[in-house]
Amino acid sequence: MDLLTLITFLPLATGLLLVATSRLLPEQAWRWVGMAGMVLTFLLSLQLWAGFEPAQGGFQFVHHVPWIPAYGIHWFVGIDGMSLLLVVLTTFLMPLVMLASWNDIKRSTRSFVFFNLFLQTGMLGAFVSLNLFQFYVFWEVMLIPMYFIIGIWGGPRRVYAAVKFFLFTMAGSLPMLVAMLSLYLLHAEQFGGALEFDLIAAPGGGTAGLLDTIVPIAETATIPWWQTQAWLFAAFALAFGVKVPMVPLHTWLPDAHVEAPTAGSVVLAGVLLKMGTYGFVRFALPLFPVAAETYAPVMFTLAVIGVLFGSLVAMVQSDIKKLVAYSSVAHLGFVMIGIFALNEEGLQGSILQMVNHGLSTGALFLLVGMIYERRHTREIADFGGIAKPMPVFAAMFGIVAMSSIGLPALNGFVGEFLILVGAFLVSPWVAVAATFGVVLSAVYLLWMVRRVFFGPCDNPENMGLLDLGLREKAVVLALLIPIIWIGVYPNPFLTRLEASVGDLLHHMERTASAARSEAQPSEVHQTALRPGTAPSAIPRRHDPASGKRWAASARSEAQPSEVHQLGGIPR
Amino acid sequence: MVETVATNELLRWIVGLPLLGAIVHGVMLGLVRRELPRGLVIAISCVAPALAFLVSLVAFFQLRGLPVGQTALVDDVYTWIGAGRLVAEMAFLFDPLSAVMCLIVTGVGTLIHVYSIGYMDDDHRDDGGFQRFFCYLNLFLAAMLLLVLGDNLLVLFLGWEGVGLCSYLLIGFWFGDRWNAYCGMKAFVVNRIGDFGFLIGIFLILWALADTGAATLNFREIQTALPSIVERTVAVPAWLGGEWRLTTLIGLCLFVGAVGKSAQIPLYVWLPDAMAGPTPVSALIHAATMVTAGIYMVCRMSFLYAEAPGASTVIAWTGASTALFAATMAIAQTDIKKVLAYSTVSQLGYMFVAAGCGAYSAAIFHVGTHAFFKALLFLGAGAVILAMHHEQDTDKMGGLRRHLPWTHKLFAIGVLAIIGFPGFSGFFSKDEVLLAAYTSHVPGHKAIWAIGLLTAGITAFYMCRLHFRTFFGESRVPPEIAHHGIREPANTVLVPLGVLAFFSVFAGLFGFPDVYGEQLGVPESNSLAHFLAPVVVQQPHHVALSTELGLATLATVVSAAGVFLAWLLYVSRPELTARLRSRISALHRLVANKYYVDELYDALIVRPLVFLSHRVLFRGIDAGLIDGFAVNGSARTVRAFASDALKYAHSGLAQGYLITMVVGTLAVLAWLLRG
Repeated sequence: MDLLTLITFLPLATGLLLVATSRLLPEQAWRWVGMAGMVLTFLLSLQLWAGFEPAQGGFQFVHHVPWIPAYGIHWFVGIDGMSLLLVVLTTFLMPLVMLASWNDIKRSTRSFVFFNLFLQTGMLGAFVSLNLFQFYVFWEVMLIPMYFIIGIWGGPRRVYAAVKFFLFTMAGSLPMLVAMLSLYLLHAEQFGGALEFDLIAAPGGGTAGLLDTIVPIAETATIPWWQTQAWLFAAFALAFGVKVPMVPLHTWLPDAHVEAPTAGSVVLAGVLLKMGTYGFVRFALPLFPVAAETYAPVMFTLAVIGVLFGSLVAMVQSDIKKLVAYSSVAHLGFVMIGIFALNEEGLQGSILQMVNHGLSTGALFLLVGMIYERRHTREIADFGGIAKPMPVFAAMFGIVAMSSIGLPALNGFVGEFLILVGAFLVSPWVAVAATFGVVLSAVYLLWMVRRVFFGPCDNPENMGLLDLGLREKAVVLALLIPIIWIGVYPNPFLTRLEASVGDLLHHMERTASAARSEAQPSEVHQTALRPGTAPSAIPRRHDPASGKRWAASARSEAQPSEVHQLGGIPR
Repeated sequence: MVETVATNELLRWIVGLPLLGAIVHGVMLGLVRRELPRGLVIAISCVAPALAFLVSLVAFFQLRGLPVGQTALVDDVYTWIGAGRLVAEMAFLFDPLSAVMCLIVTGVGTLIHVYSIGYMDDDHRDDGGFQRFFCYLNLFLAAMLLLVLGDNLLVLFLGWEGVGLCSYLLIGFWFGDRWNAYCGMKAFVVNRIGDFGFLIGIFLILWALADTGAATLNFREIQTALPSIVERTVAVPAWLGGEWRLTTLIGLCLFVGAVGKSAQIPLYVWLPDAMAGPTPVSALIHAATMVTAGIYMVCRMSFLYAEAPGASTVIAWTGASTALFAATMAIAQTDIKKVLAYSTVSQLGYMFVAAGCGAYSAAIFHVGTHAFFKALLFLGAGAVILAMHHEQDTDKMGGLRRHLPWTHKLFAIGVLAIIGFPGFSGFFSKDEVLLAAYTSHVPGHKAIWAIGLLTAGITAFYMCRLHFRTFFGESRVPPEIAHHGIREPANTVLVPLGVLAFFSVFAGLFGFPDVYGEQLGVPESNSLAHFLAPVVVQQPHHVALSTELGLATLATVVSAAGVFLAWLLYVSRPELTARLRSRISALHRLVANKYYVDELYDALIVRPLVFLSHRVLFRGIDAGLIDGFAVNGSARTVRAFASDALKYAHSGLAQGYLITMVVGTLAVLAWLLRG
């Protein structure tokens, strides 16, 4: 069986297996089996890490199976450097999440295990999808288990938070769905009416993929506004922006985080938020390169506001978990800045920072969960001086906080530094404003650390706190290893990103220039259209004959051999 | 072409040994949860820096033995960060500048490790505290060595942040006290503000060099590429002159980092509070080594600052004003460590005066002598504090020379060195700084020199005041302390003091001025300056013997006046002090309260920022406008619509549904059949 497909569905299969044998197994066995499934998935994903050829570029481990071929819907998976990192992050975090909530979840353990397995398949599926329809299915499917995880095992306002989370994401996704269909039709027009959802040409010489579509820049007599880059980009950006979340679409996040159980928070911060930033890099940028460039200043502005706003609001939170939630807003702001720097430094930094945020913020939520389990409060004011009864907890929290602050030799610095360098090279003032966020992150985290861990331990309820047990130590230590590794020796990660980011930028440059030359009719149509065709006969939609012509011309212009290079599928 | 550097894999061990020590302690404490026996802790944590010192010595002699044309040892360990145009190696550079710094850091560092054995021995406040302390101390040394050995700005920054972290951890070492934890945080955050500028400086260098096709942070490569950007200018607001040289902007940004780390105006506020940490920490980190990192960085980038006259002027003036300002604050302090802290801020100002005036080797010379005498003073103060059972207030001391004869004598050597008693190390280094100011071309250099001279007098006054109030006069020791007995500390405490005292006296000979040397028949007697010559930009100044002697005499006279005044007020006629204080009580209150700068920052920056974040951004915009109005508001609207309006549609009356259906069908038909 195909490795990627196996990795994607192994968790869900484990879940279904458990459901099928539901009554035979005690609750504790569910945990163990679920855990085993997740660990196996992780081990399999290490095979991806080992087998991935960094220098080669393009998508690897590609697998293509027709699903509903008439509509261009296929099972099409493959990974490049960025999806590789996020897939491994997901498979790495899930067993830890499971382990961390071993004693935390007491109600309906069976469903909890199932939903987590279900969720994992949803996330992995989204990261490995090379078919836009398939991606959308996974993108939406993810919501369901997450909705239940928050809604069932959450805190007192869990239903409000779950509904808010669901509605925000749905509201953002629907315009994207429309935009996807619009793009789908546009692609069909340009490529001889063949309906196709694949992003790139399928291995074995399929038709061109969606990424080969030259999306028009400007609205003309024949091109409606809803097929121009600006609008399609806006629709995608809305969906992804909610997920990231970008200010001002972020208010679902603090509620979801605060109400979610520890496991939910970790997965939400660690992986789900990355769906948004990943969506930008995988879809929004390569599909609409001109719009991405044009609206980069807007995205920069929103991202910088996110960094500063998130940091300042985090500073004044009284609930530790809410503080960490707002810090996510700030960190993801950094990631957005790096993405829209649209250069190698910024993009590599951003993708690495997605992983870093998953590790560091994930670890912070785990640690907050551990203290919540003990004290059933997360109010900063209820603590003080707990470094005394819990020295190991304090030390581990300190290291993770420092990684979140961006201390060199820990992971956060590498990502942030590259992001800021990338941003500075294109827009110094954006980088300067964002760098101020580096100062603020030290303020809000260290202030919290001081109030929680230092000072006299004078609250009797805190004096008897037990330090971390073996299971808890193991979970945090597992996260500390990559946190330090990426900080000290990030090159294995960066080299895996290099070719993929290079491909992306190369592709953007090419399709952007193609789209720009399309937009200048006097030059383009003379070369593009066959002799004898008057410029007025620019193909209309639903006109298969002329559609074919344009497709042919678009292809000859974009030089298919190069277009396919983004795929770079290994033979 | 001959390589100008030689590869030497020894260098990584200079950093690696203390790091290894820290890792061993960290793993034992964090994971194994077993404190090692004290003897083993001492063995690991003191042998590591001592070995690092020996390796540095070996490297030093290898450096001296390099063939002509080769000026440095380099150890390229691996590629740390490589993405796009940016490549930063994890590489170490051992050239004369890093050699001097490295020897000071490992040498003084080892002594302070030994001293800490005795100092921390009575610390039973915290379980595992002894080993935790040495873990942090070793980690600090590793970070500091990364800082001085880094071959590029990014490794320097790694060390820069690493020492900041250790400073944070060690200031708040006794974290059970709210105040200590607050001071640690303050140090880190204020330094971060400086780092903000430092990072922008790094970005500017990359930005400028990216156009030339060689985005690099390697010192030698930046130096090579500098001519290509030296002519570039950047537009600045009209009130700042409209146009600056790019090098000046870069230099200023990097200097912002130095202002934070080396505690200059306006970011000096963290250093006095950093005295909350254990005294060996104050000696090692907040006097001898870490706080001089800013000066080291400026000297390391001297090739850039030589092309950035505007930045150099700012540096010189910042240094001069800090030197004077901090010295005045030291006058009215009664805490023995606070006096030394302000004195450190003031002396760091001197170093920046030298660096700003282009006398980089003089700056490093003062870094070195200051490391010895200030470490001696701090450790001496630590011995007093230990003897006084952790009492630091000089109001409760007096007459201690009878109880602590050795400490008294060693402390006195430190005082003589810092006030520039002729022949002592401070005399030579301070004179060289003042001479640099006097002969430089920085705008207003004579005024800077005059400020430096005045500061020398004030320094003599407050240092003698401190010494007299601690060791001379009537005893003011409270009975409960005297009851426990005031005894000379252990040998592990006194021996390091002795070694430091030796160097405080004689370290000046490394920088014995050439003009004197020529008279005595010793050419190139300023061996430090000649050793550093290949690395730091030299200011070609040939001063006459008369100028040199004249300035030195003047400085000595001014210092002597300070000593005399202190002697008059605190030894000979102590009753004058009270009368004087009441005469100028308002001024005294202002100075004793450190000009209310902390209060000012609190009112102008901290409170408004918290208010803005809480009331405006969080309550106002986030919870109010976005969530309350837009999100929940629209939810309410929908619900209101559904419950108040739509509910009437679900009336249950079949006629109503029928009418709706017919109307709807007609409407659809009409739309389909439209023209």
